[in-house]
Amino acid sequence: MTPEMKGFLLLAVLKMVVVFTVVMVGVALLTLMERKVSAWMQNRRGPNRVGFAGLLQPAADGVKNIVKEETYPAEANSFLFILAPALAFIPAMCLSAVIPWAAPVDISLDRTLPLLGHVRYDGRMAMAVADLPIGFLFVLAVSSLGVYGIALAGWSSNSKYSLLGGLRSSAQMISYEVAMGMSLIPLLILVGNASFGDVIKAQQDGLWFILPLTLSFFVFLVAGFAETNRLPFDLPEAESELIAGYHTEYSAMKFSLFFIAEYANMVTVSAMLATLFFGGWDIPGTSWDQNGSTLAAVATGAAMFLKTFFFLFFFMWIRWTLPRFRYDQLMALGWKFLIPLALVYLMIIAVAVWILEAVVGIADPKIKALILFGMNAVMCYVVFFILDRGTLVSGSYRRQVPANVGS
Amino acid sequence: MTEFVFYTLAAAAVLSALLCIVQKNPVPSALWLVSTMFALAGIYVLLNAQFIAAMQVLVYAGAVMVLFLFVIMLLNLGHASETDRKRGPVVLVAVLLAAGIAAALFAVRDTSVASLAARVGAPEVASSPLAALPGAGRVQSAEAFTNPIASIARPMFETYLVPFELTSVLLLAAAVGAVVLAKRKL
Repeated sequence: MTPEMKGFLLLAVLKMVVVFTVVMVGVALLTLMERKVSAWMQNRRGPNRVGFAGLLQPAADGVKNIVKEETYPAEANSFLFILAPALAFIPAMCLSAVIPWAAPVDISLDRTLPLLGHVRYDGRMAMAVADLPIGFLFVLAVSSLGVYGIALAGWSSNSKYSLLGGLRSSAQMISYEVAMGMSLIPLLILVGNASFGDVIKAQQDGLWFILPLTLSFFVFLVAGFAETNRLPFDLPEAESELIAGYHTEYSAMKFSLFFIAEYANMVTVSAMLATLFFGGWDIPGTSWDQNGSTLAAVATGAAMFLKTFFFLFFFMWIRWTLPRFRYDQLMALGWKFLIPLALVYLMIIAVAVWILEAVVGIADPKIKALILFGMNAVMCYVVFFILDRGTLVSGSYRRQVPANVGS
Repeated sequence: MTEFVFYTLAAAAVLSALLCIVQKNPVPSALWLVSTMFALAGIYVLLNAQFIAAMQVLVYAGAVMVLFLFVIMLLNLGHASETDRKRGPVVLVAVLLAAGIAAALFAVRDTSVASLAARVGAPEVASSPLAALPGAGRVQSAEAFTNPIASIARPMFETYLVPFELTSVLLLAAAVGAVVLAKRKL
Protein backbone atom coordinates (compact mmCIF):
# COMPACT_ATOMS: atom_id res chain seq x y z
CA MET A 1 0.00 0.00 0.00
CA THR A 2 1.32 3.44 -0.89
CA PRO A 3 1.92 5.99 1.88
CA GLU A 4 -0.81 8.22 0.35
CA MET A 5 -3.35 5.40 0.53
CA LYS A 6 -2.36 4.70 4.12
CA GLY A 7 -2.66 8.38 5.04
CA PHE A 8 -6.10 8.59 3.46
CA LEU A 9 -7.29 5.45 5.22
CA LEU A 10 -5.82 6.54 8.57
CA LEU A 11 -7.56 9.92 8.45
CA ALA A 12 -10.81 8.35 7.24
CA VAL A 13 -10.82 5.87 10.12
CA LEU A 14 -9.99 8.67 12.57
CA LYS A 15 -12.90 10.76 11.26
CA MET A 16 -15.23 7.78 11.50
CA VAL A 17 -14.28 7.11 15.10
CA VAL A 18 -14.64 10.78 16.05
CA VAL A 19 -18.01 11.29 14.31
CA PHE A 20 -19.45 8.02 15.63
CA THR A 21 -18.33 8.79 19.19
CA VAL A 22 -19.59 12.37 19.09
CA VAL A 23 -22.97 11.33 17.69
CA MET A 24 -23.43 8.51 20.21
CA VAL A 25 -22.42 10.65 23.20
CA GLY A 26 -24.47 13.52 21.78
CA VAL A 27 -27.51 11.28 21.52
CA ALA A 28 -27.07 10.19 25.13
CA LEU A 29 -26.86 13.81 26.24
CA LEU A 30 -29.83 14.72 24.05
CA THR A 31 -32.07 12.30 25.95
CA LEU A 32 -31.08 14.13 29.12
CA MET A 33 -31.61 17.50 27.42
CA GLU A 34 -35.06 16.45 26.25
CA ARG A 35 -36.07 15.62 29.82
CA LYS A 36 -34.51 18.77 31.19
CA VAL A 37 -36.15 20.98 28.56
CA SER A 38 -39.53 19.35 29.08
CA ALA A 39 -39.14 19.82 32.83
CA TRP A 40 -38.22 23.45 32.33
CA MET A 41 -41.26 24.01 30.11
CA GLN A 42 -43.55 22.34 32.62
CA ASN A 43 -42.08 24.06 35.70
CA ARG A 44 -40.44 20.92 37.04
CA ARG A 45 -36.84 20.09 37.85
CA GLY A 46 -36.32 17.03 35.69
CA PRO A 47 -33.79 14.29 36.46
CA ASN A 48 -31.38 15.59 39.13
CA ARG A 49 -30.43 12.56 41.26
CA VAL A 50 -27.69 10.78 39.28
CA GLY A 51 -24.43 12.73 39.19
CA PHE A 52 -24.14 16.49 39.32
CA ALA A 53 -27.53 18.00 38.31
CA GLY A 54 -28.51 14.68 36.73
CA LEU A 55 -25.65 14.67 34.23
CA LEU A 56 -25.02 10.95 34.68
CA GLN A 57 -28.65 10.05 34.01
CA PRO A 58 -27.92 8.85 30.42
CA ALA A 59 -25.21 6.53 31.79
CA ALA A 60 -27.66 5.13 34.34
CA ASP A 61 -30.25 4.63 31.59
CA GLY A 62 -27.68 2.89 29.42
CA VAL A 63 -26.64 0.49 32.19
CA LYS A 64 -30.28 -0.22 32.95
CA ASN A 65 -31.05 -1.00 29.32
CA ILE A 66 -28.07 -3.31 28.94
CA VAL A 67 -28.74 -5.41 32.04
CA LYS A 68 -32.52 -5.55 31.61
CA GLU A 69 -34.20 -8.79 30.61
CA GLU A 70 -34.95 -9.20 26.92
CA THR A 71 -38.49 -10.31 26.16
CA TYR A 72 -39.63 -12.02 22.99
CA PRO A 73 -43.34 -12.06 22.18
CA ALA A 74 -44.86 -15.45 21.44
CA GLU A 75 -45.34 -16.26 17.74
CA ALA A 76 -43.15 -13.35 16.70
CA ASN A 77 -40.98 -13.71 13.62
CA SER A 78 -37.82 -13.91 15.70
CA PHE A 79 -35.30 -13.19 12.93
CA LEU A 80 -37.02 -10.01 11.74
CA PHE A 81 -37.83 -9.09 15.33
CA ILE A 82 -34.11 -8.95 16.11
CA LEU A 83 -33.14 -7.47 12.75
CA ALA A 84 -35.60 -4.55 12.92
CA PRO A 85 -33.80 -2.42 15.57
CA ALA A 86 -30.55 -2.79 13.62
CA LEU A 87 -32.31 -1.71 10.42
CA ALA A 88 -33.51 1.42 12.20
CA PHE A 89 -30.12 2.13 13.77
CA ILE A 90 -27.75 1.61 10.81
CA PRO A 91 -29.20 4.21 8.37
CA ALA A 92 -29.42 6.74 11.20
CA MET A 93 -25.72 6.27 11.88
CA CYS A 94 -24.71 6.29 8.20
CA LEU A 95 -26.32 9.70 7.73
CA SER A 96 -23.94 11.53 10.04
CA ALA A 97 -21.08 10.45 7.76
CA VAL A 98 -21.81 12.86 4.90
CA ILE A 99 -22.54 16.08 6.83
CA PRO A 100 -19.62 18.55 6.73
CA TRP A 101 -19.15 19.41 10.39
CA ALA A 102 -16.50 22.15 9.86
CA ALA A 103 -14.55 24.00 7.18
CA PRO A 104 -12.02 21.91 5.22
CA VAL A 105 -8.55 21.86 6.78
CA ASP A 106 -5.13 21.91 5.12
CA ILE A 107 -3.25 18.86 6.28
CA SER A 108 0.35 17.98 5.59
CA LEU A 109 1.05 14.68 7.25
CA ASP A 110 4.30 12.93 6.40
CA ARG A 111 5.78 10.72 9.07
CA THR A 112 6.47 7.15 10.04
CA LEU A 113 4.12 5.72 12.61
CA PRO A 114 4.55 2.50 14.59
CA LEU A 115 2.61 -0.46 13.12
CA LEU A 116 1.38 1.57 10.15
CA GLY A 117 4.69 2.55 8.60
CA HIS A 118 5.08 5.60 6.39
CA VAL A 119 1.88 7.64 6.05
CA ARG A 120 1.42 10.76 3.96
CA TYR A 121 -1.48 13.12 3.32
CA ASP A 122 -1.19 16.46 1.59
CA GLY A 123 -3.87 18.93 0.75
CA ARG A 124 -7.29 20.00 1.90
CA MET A 125 -9.33 17.50 3.86
CA ALA A 126 -13.12 17.78 4.01
CA MET A 127 -14.40 17.59 7.58
CA ALA A 128 -16.94 14.94 6.67
CA VAL A 129 -16.32 11.21 6.82
CA ALA A 130 -17.38 10.84 3.18
CA ASP A 131 -17.46 13.97 1.03
CA LEU A 132 -19.87 12.59 -1.58
CA PRO A 133 -20.63 14.40 -4.84
CA ILE A 134 -24.32 13.51 -4.44
CA GLY A 135 -24.42 15.19 -1.02
CA PHE A 136 -27.94 15.68 0.24
CA LEU A 137 -29.35 13.12 -2.20
CA PHE A 138 -27.50 10.51 -0.19
CA VAL A 139 -29.18 11.82 2.95
CA LEU A 140 -32.61 11.64 1.32
CA ALA A 141 -31.95 8.14 -0.01
CA VAL A 142 -30.61 6.64 3.20
CA SER A 143 -33.06 8.38 5.51
CA SER A 144 -35.87 6.79 3.52
CA LEU A 145 -34.51 3.39 4.57
CA GLY A 146 -35.03 4.00 8.27
CA VAL A 147 -38.69 3.16 7.80
CA TYR A 148 -37.83 -0.52 7.21
CA GLY A 149 -36.76 -0.87 10.83
CA ILE A 150 -40.01 0.61 12.06
CA ALA A 151 -42.31 -1.20 9.63
CA LEU A 152 -40.64 -4.57 10.25
CA ALA A 153 -40.67 -4.05 14.00
CA GLY A 154 -44.39 -3.51 13.74
CA TRP A 155 -44.97 -6.51 11.51
CA SER A 156 -42.70 -9.03 13.24
CA SER A 157 -43.94 -8.27 16.78
CA ASN A 158 -47.19 -10.13 16.15
CA SER A 159 -49.14 -7.44 18.00
CA LYS A 160 -52.01 -5.33 16.74
CA TYR A 161 -50.68 -2.09 18.24
CA SER A 162 -47.26 -2.67 16.75
CA LEU A 163 -48.70 -3.49 13.35
CA LEU A 164 -50.77 -0.31 13.34
CA GLY A 165 -47.71 1.70 14.32
CA GLY A 166 -45.68 0.14 11.53
CA LEU A 167 -48.43 0.77 8.99
CA ARG A 168 -48.80 4.37 10.00
CA SER A 169 -45.09 4.88 9.85
CA SER A 170 -44.68 3.54 6.33
CA ALA A 171 -47.62 5.61 5.05
CA GLN A 172 -46.31 8.74 6.76
CA MET A 173 -42.76 8.31 5.49
CA ILE A 174 -43.83 7.83 1.87
CA SER A 175 -46.13 10.85 2.04
CA TYR A 176 -43.65 13.29 3.50
CA GLU A 177 -40.63 12.06 1.56
CA VAL A 178 -42.18 13.46 -1.62
CA ALA A 179 -42.63 16.91 -0.09
CA MET A 180 -39.14 16.77 1.40
CA GLY A 181 -37.50 15.88 -1.89
CA MET A 182 -39.44 18.51 -3.80
CA SER A 183 -38.64 21.24 -1.30
CA LEU A 184 -34.94 20.73 -2.11
CA ILE A 185 -35.24 21.07 -5.91
CA PRO A 186 -35.35 24.93 -5.78
CA LEU A 187 -32.09 24.71 -3.85
CA LEU A 188 -30.68 22.49 -6.59
CA ILE A 189 -31.70 25.13 -9.16
CA LEU A 190 -29.82 27.84 -7.30
CA VAL A 191 -26.71 25.75 -6.55
CA GLY A 192 -26.48 23.56 -9.65
CA ASN A 193 -25.07 20.64 -7.67
CA ALA A 194 -26.08 18.48 -4.74
CA SER A 195 -22.78 18.31 -2.88
CA PHE A 196 -22.70 19.96 0.53
CA GLY A 197 -19.50 21.81 -0.34
CA ASP A 198 -21.17 23.57 -3.29
CA VAL A 199 -24.31 24.29 -1.27
CA ILE A 200 -22.26 26.05 1.41
CA LYS A 201 -20.19 27.91 -1.17
CA ALA A 202 -23.32 29.19 -2.91
CA GLN A 203 -24.58 30.49 0.44
CA GLN A 204 -21.27 32.25 1.12
CA ASP A 205 -21.41 33.95 -2.29
CA GLY A 206 -25.06 34.90 -2.01
CA LEU A 207 -27.21 34.81 1.10
CA TRP A 208 -28.14 31.99 3.44
CA PHE A 209 -30.88 30.04 1.67
CA ILE A 210 -33.37 30.72 4.45
CA LEU A 211 -33.81 34.16 2.82
CA PRO A 212 -34.12 33.39 -0.91
CA LEU A 213 -35.87 30.04 -0.31
CA THR A 214 -38.02 30.64 2.77
CA LEU A 215 -40.92 28.46 1.70
CA SER A 216 -38.57 25.59 0.85
CA PHE A 217 -37.21 25.86 4.36
CA PHE A 218 -40.73 25.74 5.75
CA VAL A 219 -41.69 22.64 3.76
CA PHE A 220 -38.41 20.92 4.60
CA LEU A 221 -38.82 21.71 8.30
CA VAL A 222 -42.32 20.26 8.49
CA ALA A 223 -41.37 17.20 6.42
CA GLY A 224 -38.29 16.77 8.62
CA PHE A 225 -40.45 16.61 11.72
CA ALA A 226 -42.61 14.00 10.03
CA GLU A 227 -39.64 11.95 8.84
CA THR A 228 -38.13 11.77 12.32
CA ASN A 229 -41.48 10.76 13.86
CA ARG A 230 -41.31 13.62 16.32
CA LEU A 231 -44.32 15.28 17.82
CA PRO A 232 -46.63 16.64 16.38
CA PHE A 233 -46.13 13.79 13.87
CA ASP A 234 -45.38 10.89 16.22
CA LEU A 235 -48.41 8.87 15.17
CA PRO A 236 -46.41 5.63 14.71
CA GLU A 237 -45.91 5.57 18.48
CA ALA A 238 -48.88 7.62 19.69
CA GLU A 239 -49.02 6.63 23.36
CA SER A 240 -52.64 7.53 23.89
CA GLU A 241 -53.83 5.27 21.05
CA LEU A 242 -51.23 2.58 20.40
CA ILE A 243 -49.47 2.12 23.79
CA ALA A 244 -46.04 2.66 22.23
CA GLY A 245 -46.72 1.84 18.60
CA TYR A 246 -44.10 -0.14 16.74
CA HIS A 247 -41.85 -0.68 19.76
CA THR A 248 -44.55 -1.86 22.16
CA GLU A 249 -43.09 -5.37 22.33
CA TYR A 250 -39.45 -4.33 22.58
CA SER A 251 -37.42 -4.21 25.76
CA ALA A 252 -33.88 -3.57 26.94
CA MET A 253 -31.20 -2.66 24.39
CA LYS A 254 -33.36 -3.40 21.35
CA PHE A 255 -35.81 -0.75 22.52
CA SER A 256 -32.88 1.52 23.21
CA LEU A 257 -31.65 1.17 19.62
CA PHE A 258 -34.94 2.61 18.34
CA PHE A 259 -34.49 5.49 20.73
CA ILE A 260 -30.90 6.12 19.64
CA ALA A 261 -31.99 5.98 15.99
CA GLU A 262 -34.71 8.56 16.61
CA TYR A 263 -32.31 10.99 18.27
CA ALA A 264 -29.58 10.37 15.69
CA ASN A 265 -32.13 11.17 12.97
CA MET A 266 -32.97 14.34 14.84
CA VAL A 267 -29.28 15.31 14.82
CA THR A 268 -29.09 14.64 11.08
CA VAL A 269 -32.19 16.66 10.22
CA SER A 270 -30.97 19.53 12.42
CA ALA A 271 -27.57 19.44 10.75
CA MET A 272 -29.26 19.31 7.33
CA LEU A 273 -31.40 22.35 8.19
CA ALA A 274 -28.30 24.19 9.37
CA THR A 275 -26.27 23.20 6.30
CA LEU A 276 -28.85 23.69 3.59
CA PHE A 277 -30.56 26.83 4.83
CA PHE A 278 -28.30 28.46 7.43
CA GLY A 279 -24.91 28.36 5.74
CA GLY A 280 -23.55 25.21 7.35
CA TRP A 281 -20.22 25.87 9.03
CA ASP A 282 -20.06 29.36 7.49
CA ILE A 283 -19.51 32.21 9.93
CA PRO A 284 -21.47 35.12 8.43
CA GLY A 285 -19.62 38.23 7.30
CA THR A 286 -16.15 36.67 7.42
CA SER A 287 -13.93 35.06 4.83
CA TRP A 288 -11.01 33.91 7.03
CA ASP A 289 -13.03 30.87 8.02
CA GLN A 290 -12.15 29.24 4.70
CA ASN A 291 -8.37 29.64 4.90
CA GLY A 292 -7.87 26.02 5.94
CA SER A 293 -6.18 26.66 9.28
CA THR A 294 -6.92 24.59 12.37
CA LEU A 295 -8.27 27.67 14.15
CA ALA A 296 -10.78 28.20 11.32
CA ALA A 297 -11.84 24.55 11.57
CA VAL A 298 -12.44 24.88 15.32
CA ALA A 299 -14.35 28.15 14.91
CA THR A 300 -16.50 26.87 12.04
CA GLY A 301 -17.09 23.64 13.94
CA ALA A 302 -18.39 25.70 16.83
CA ALA A 303 -20.62 27.69 14.45
CA MET A 304 -22.01 24.46 12.99
CA PHE A 305 -22.56 23.11 16.50
CA LEU A 306 -24.49 26.24 17.55
CA LYS A 307 -26.74 26.11 14.49
CA THR A 308 -27.41 22.39 14.89
CA PHE A 309 -28.00 22.82 18.60
CA PHE A 310 -30.55 25.53 17.95
CA PHE A 311 -32.58 23.19 15.74
CA LEU A 312 -32.28 20.37 18.27
CA PHE A 313 -33.71 22.70 20.86
CA PHE A 314 -36.37 23.75 18.36
CA PHE A 315 -37.38 20.08 17.94
CA MET A 316 -37.88 19.78 21.70
CA TRP A 317 -39.58 23.13 21.92
CA ILE A 318 -42.16 22.03 19.33
CA ARG A 319 -42.58 18.65 20.99
CA TRP A 320 -43.60 20.16 24.31
CA THR A 321 -45.72 22.90 22.72
CA LEU A 322 -47.94 21.36 20.04
CA PRO A 323 -50.40 18.49 20.43
CA ARG A 324 -50.40 15.49 18.11
CA PHE A 325 -52.18 15.59 14.75
CA ARG A 326 -55.06 13.30 13.95
CA TYR A 327 -54.21 10.73 11.29
CA ASP A 328 -56.42 12.28 8.58
CA GLN A 329 -54.99 15.72 9.39
CA LEU A 330 -51.49 14.35 8.95
CA MET A 331 -52.29 12.89 5.54
CA ALA A 332 -54.17 16.00 4.43
CA LEU A 333 -51.33 18.27 5.49
CA GLY A 334 -48.84 16.18 3.55
CA TRP A 335 -50.75 15.53 0.35
CA LYS A 336 -53.11 18.50 0.08
CA PHE A 337 -50.91 21.28 1.40
CA LEU A 338 -47.18 20.56 1.45
CA ILE A 339 -46.84 18.79 -1.91
CA PRO A 340 -48.87 21.35 -3.93
CA LEU A 341 -47.04 24.15 -2.12
CA ALA A 342 -43.65 22.63 -2.93
CA LEU A 343 -44.66 22.07 -6.57
CA VAL A 344 -45.98 25.59 -7.14
CA TYR A 345 -43.00 27.07 -5.34
CA LEU A 346 -40.62 25.04 -7.50
CA MET A 347 -42.24 26.43 -10.65
CA ILE A 348 -42.16 30.01 -9.36
CA ILE A 349 -38.49 29.77 -8.36
CA ALA A 350 -37.51 28.12 -11.65
CA VAL A 351 -39.21 30.87 -13.67
CA ALA A 352 -37.80 33.60 -11.42
CA VAL A 353 -34.24 32.27 -11.69
CA TRP A 354 -34.60 31.95 -15.46
CA ILE A 355 -35.85 35.55 -15.75
CA LEU A 356 -33.13 36.87 -13.46
CA GLU A 357 -30.31 35.01 -15.19
CA ALA A 358 -31.32 34.77 -18.82
CA VAL A 359 -33.65 37.71 -19.43
CA VAL A 360 -32.47 40.44 -17.05
CA GLY A 361 -28.92 39.10 -16.83
CA ILE A 362 -28.05 39.54 -13.16
CA ALA A 363 -24.83 37.70 -12.44
CA ASP A 364 -24.09 38.88 -8.89
CA PRO A 365 -25.38 36.13 -6.58
CA LYS A 366 -25.98 38.59 -3.72
CA ILE A 367 -28.33 40.80 -5.74
CA LYS A 368 -30.07 37.72 -7.14
CA ALA A 369 -30.58 36.34 -3.64
CA LEU A 370 -31.91 39.69 -2.42
CA ILE A 371 -34.47 39.88 -5.24
CA LEU A 372 -35.57 36.30 -4.48
CA PHE A 373 -35.81 37.23 -0.81
CA GLY A 374 -38.17 40.06 -1.71
CA MET A 375 -40.31 37.64 -3.70
CA ASN A 376 -40.30 35.19 -0.81
CA ALA A 377 -41.42 37.82 1.67
CA VAL A 378 -44.46 38.47 -0.52
CA MET A 379 -45.12 34.75 -1.05
CA CYS A 380 -44.84 33.97 2.66
CA TYR A 381 -47.32 36.72 3.43
CA VAL A 382 -49.70 35.38 0.78
CA VAL A 383 -49.43 31.76 1.91
CA PHE A 384 -49.53 32.24 5.66
CA PHE A 385 -51.85 35.21 6.04
CA ILE A 386 -54.17 35.25 3.01
CA LEU A 387 -54.48 31.70 1.65
CA ASP A 388 -54.37 30.20 5.12
CA ARG A 389 -57.80 31.58 5.97
CA GLY A 390 -60.06 28.72 5.08
CA THR A 391 -58.53 27.43 1.87
CA LEU A 392 -55.02 25.99 2.04
CA VAL A 393 -53.88 24.91 5.47
CA SER A 394 -57.35 24.43 6.84
CA GLY A 395 -57.67 21.28 4.75
CA SER A 396 -55.51 19.77 7.43
CA TYR A 397 -57.57 20.82 10.41
CA ARG A 398 -61.14 21.13 9.21
CA ARG A 399 -63.31 18.72 11.16
CA GLN A 400 -66.51 17.00 10.35
CA VAL A 401 -68.96 18.83 12.59
CA PRO A 402 -71.50 16.39 14.06
CA ALA A 403 -75.06 17.16 12.98
CA ASN A 404 -76.40 17.86 16.45
CA VAL A 405 -73.75 20.42 17.39
CA GLY A 406 -75.01 23.99 17.60
CA SER A 407 -78.67 23.10 17.73
CA MET B 1 -9.97 -4.26 -6.71
CA THR B 2 -12.83 -2.90 -8.87
CA GLU B 3 -13.43 -6.35 -10.33
CA PHE B 4 -13.48 -7.91 -6.88
CA VAL B 5 -16.09 -5.37 -5.70
CA PHE B 6 -18.10 -5.89 -8.87
CA TYR B 7 -18.21 -9.67 -8.55
CA THR B 8 -19.11 -9.44 -4.86
CA LEU B 9 -21.99 -7.09 -5.62
CA ALA B 10 -23.10 -9.10 -8.63
CA ALA B 11 -23.11 -12.32 -6.60
CA ALA B 12 -25.09 -10.55 -3.86
CA ALA B 13 -27.61 -9.28 -6.43
CA VAL B 14 -28.13 -12.68 -8.04
CA LEU B 15 -28.31 -14.51 -4.73
CA SER B 16 -30.80 -12.02 -3.27
CA ALA B 17 -32.93 -12.20 -6.39
CA LEU B 18 -32.96 -15.99 -6.13
CA LEU B 19 -33.89 -15.86 -2.45
CA CYS B 20 -36.58 -13.32 -3.30
CA ILE B 21 -38.39 -15.74 -5.59
CA VAL B 22 -38.04 -18.90 -3.51
CA GLN B 23 -39.41 -17.41 -0.27
CA LYS B 24 -42.96 -18.47 0.59
CA ASN B 25 -43.60 -15.58 2.97
CA PRO B 26 -44.05 -12.26 1.11
CA VAL B 27 -42.30 -10.09 3.72
CA PRO B 28 -38.84 -11.74 3.58
CA SER B 29 -39.31 -11.96 -0.18
CA ALA B 30 -39.78 -8.19 -0.38
CA LEU B 31 -36.74 -7.67 1.84
CA TRP B 32 -34.57 -9.80 -0.44
CA LEU B 33 -35.73 -7.66 -3.35
CA VAL B 34 -34.55 -4.58 -1.41
CA SER B 35 -31.21 -6.33 -0.96
CA THR B 36 -31.02 -6.90 -4.75
CA MET B 37 -31.65 -3.21 -5.34
CA PHE B 38 -28.88 -2.28 -2.93
CA ALA B 39 -26.43 -4.48 -4.78
CA LEU B 40 -27.49 -2.88 -8.07
CA ALA B 41 -26.98 0.58 -6.54
CA GLY B 42 -23.49 -0.49 -5.58
CA ILE B 43 -22.81 -1.54 -9.19
CA TYR B 44 -24.04 1.87 -10.38
CA VAL B 45 -21.54 3.54 -8.05
CA LEU B 46 -18.81 1.39 -9.59
CA LEU B 47 -19.89 2.75 -13.00
CA ASN B 48 -19.40 6.27 -11.59
CA ALA B 49 -23.15 6.84 -11.93
CA GLN B 50 -23.66 8.03 -8.37
CA PHE B 51 -26.82 9.94 -9.13
CA ILE B 52 -28.47 6.81 -10.56
CA ALA B 53 -27.32 4.87 -7.50
CA ALA B 54 -28.90 7.45 -5.17
CA MET B 55 -32.11 7.37 -7.20
CA GLN B 56 -32.13 3.57 -7.15
CA VAL B 57 -32.02 3.59 -3.36
CA LEU B 58 -34.36 6.57 -2.97
CA VAL B 59 -37.07 5.48 -5.40
CA TYR B 60 -36.96 1.68 -5.43
CA ALA B 61 -35.66 0.73 -1.99
CA GLY B 62 -37.02 3.81 -0.19
CA ALA B 63 -40.43 4.33 -1.77
CA VAL B 64 -41.62 1.50 -4.03
CA MET B 65 -40.61 -1.33 -1.73
CA VAL B 66 -41.94 0.48 1.33
CA LEU B 67 -45.24 0.69 -0.52
CA PHE B 68 -45.05 -3.06 -1.25
CA LEU B 69 -44.39 -3.75 2.41
CA PHE B 70 -47.24 -1.45 3.37
CA VAL B 71 -49.69 -3.37 1.18
CA ILE B 72 -48.42 -6.74 2.43
CA MET B 73 -48.83 -5.61 6.02
CA LEU B 74 -52.19 -3.98 5.38
CA LEU B 75 -53.65 -7.12 3.80
CA ASN B 76 -51.86 -9.27 6.38
CA LEU B 77 -50.47 -11.62 3.75
CA GLY B 78 -47.86 -13.10 6.06
CA HIS B 79 -49.27 -16.62 5.98
CA ALA B 80 -48.78 -19.01 3.08
CA SER B 81 -51.88 -20.85 1.92
CA GLU B 82 -52.46 -23.89 -0.26
CA THR B 83 -53.62 -21.78 -3.19
CA ASP B 84 -50.10 -20.33 -3.45
CA ARG B 85 -48.79 -23.61 -4.78
CA LYS B 86 -50.39 -23.79 -8.18
CA ARG B 87 -48.02 -25.55 -10.54
CA GLY B 88 -48.42 -26.49 -14.19
CA PRO B 89 -48.43 -23.64 -16.73
CA VAL B 90 -46.27 -21.55 -14.38
CA VAL B 91 -43.38 -24.00 -14.72
CA LEU B 92 -43.70 -24.03 -18.50
CA VAL B 93 -43.66 -20.22 -18.66
CA ALA B 94 -40.68 -20.12 -16.31
CA VAL B 95 -38.70 -22.57 -18.44
CA LEU B 96 -39.53 -20.66 -21.62
CA LEU B 97 -38.51 -17.35 -20.04
CA ALA B 98 -35.26 -18.80 -18.73
CA ALA B 99 -34.47 -20.21 -22.17
CA GLY B 100 -35.18 -16.82 -23.74
CA ILE B 101 -32.91 -14.99 -21.31
CA ALA B 102 -30.16 -17.57 -21.81
CA ALA B 103 -30.42 -17.11 -25.59
CA ALA B 104 -30.27 -13.32 -25.21
CA LEU B 105 -27.20 -13.57 -22.97
CA PHE B 106 -25.55 -15.93 -25.44
CA ALA B 107 -26.20 -13.48 -28.26
CA VAL B 108 -24.46 -10.58 -26.50
CA ARG B 109 -21.55 -12.59 -25.06
CA ASP B 110 -18.88 -10.76 -27.10
CA THR B 111 -20.40 -7.30 -26.92
CA SER B 112 -18.47 -4.46 -25.30
CA VAL B 113 -19.29 -0.78 -24.91
CA ALA B 114 -17.03 0.13 -27.83
CA SER B 115 -18.45 -2.49 -30.20
CA LEU B 116 -21.99 -1.49 -29.25
CA ALA B 117 -21.23 2.17 -29.97
CA ALA B 118 -19.67 1.21 -33.31
CA ARG B 119 -22.67 -0.89 -34.28
CA VAL B 120 -25.28 1.81 -33.65
CA GLY B 121 -22.91 4.40 -35.12
CA ALA B 122 -23.04 6.58 -32.01
CA PRO B 123 -20.57 9.44 -32.29
CA GLU B 124 -18.46 10.12 -29.21
CA VAL B 125 -20.12 13.48 -28.52
CA ALA B 126 -19.84 15.26 -25.21
CA SER B 127 -23.44 14.54 -24.30
CA SER B 128 -23.34 10.84 -25.09
CA PRO B 129 -24.85 8.80 -22.27
CA LEU B 130 -21.98 6.39 -22.81
CA ALA B 131 -19.83 9.01 -21.12
CA ALA B 132 -21.18 7.69 -17.84
CA LEU B 133 -19.32 4.45 -18.50
CA PRO B 134 -15.65 4.18 -17.53
CA GLY B 135 -13.13 4.81 -20.29
CA ALA B 136 -15.57 6.54 -22.59
CA GLY B 137 -13.99 9.96 -22.16
CA ARG B 138 -11.80 11.47 -19.49
CA VAL B 139 -13.50 14.89 -19.39
CA GLN B 140 -17.01 13.52 -19.01
CA SER B 141 -16.06 11.08 -16.31
CA ALA B 142 -14.37 13.92 -14.41
CA GLU B 143 -17.65 15.80 -14.48
CA ALA B 144 -19.52 12.63 -13.59
CA PHE B 145 -17.49 12.60 -10.42
CA THR B 146 -17.73 16.27 -9.35
CA ASN B 147 -21.26 16.99 -10.57
CA PRO B 148 -23.11 13.75 -11.29
CA ILE B 149 -26.46 15.50 -11.69
CA ALA B 150 -25.26 17.76 -14.51
CA SER B 151 -23.68 14.84 -16.34
CA ILE B 152 -27.05 13.07 -16.30
CA ALA B 153 -29.12 16.17 -17.04
CA ARG B 154 -27.12 17.30 -20.06
CA PRO B 155 -27.80 14.31 -22.33
CA MET B 156 -31.33 14.02 -21.00
CA PHE B 157 -32.35 17.61 -21.70
CA GLU B 158 -30.20 18.30 -24.77
CA THR B 159 -29.62 15.24 -26.94
CA TYR B 160 -32.58 13.15 -25.81
CA LEU B 161 -35.10 15.86 -24.90
CA VAL B 162 -37.96 14.56 -27.06
CA PRO B 163 -37.81 10.90 -25.92
CA PHE B 164 -37.54 12.13 -22.34
CA GLU B 165 -40.65 14.32 -22.63
CA LEU B 166 -42.55 11.51 -24.39
CA THR B 167 -41.67 9.18 -21.53
CA SER B 168 -42.98 11.68 -19.01
CA VAL B 169 -46.27 11.93 -20.95
CA LEU B 170 -46.47 8.13 -20.88
CA LEU B 171 -45.95 8.10 -17.12
CA LEU B 172 -48.58 10.80 -16.67
CA ALA B 173 -51.03 8.75 -18.73
CA ALA B 174 -50.30 5.71 -16.56
CA ALA B 175 -50.87 7.73 -13.38
CA VAL B 176 -54.14 9.18 -14.67
CA GLY B 177 -55.26 5.74 -15.78
CA ALA B 178 -54.51 4.26 -12.36
CA VAL B 179 -56.55 6.99 -10.65
CA VAL B 180 -59.47 6.47 -13.05
CA LEU B 181 -59.42 2.70 -12.51
CA ALA B 182 -59.16 3.02 -8.73
CA LYS B 183 -61.74 5.76 -8.33
CA ARG B 184 -64.83 5.27 -10.46
CA LYS B 185 -66.60 8.23 -8.91
CA LEU B 186 -64.40 11.34 -9.13
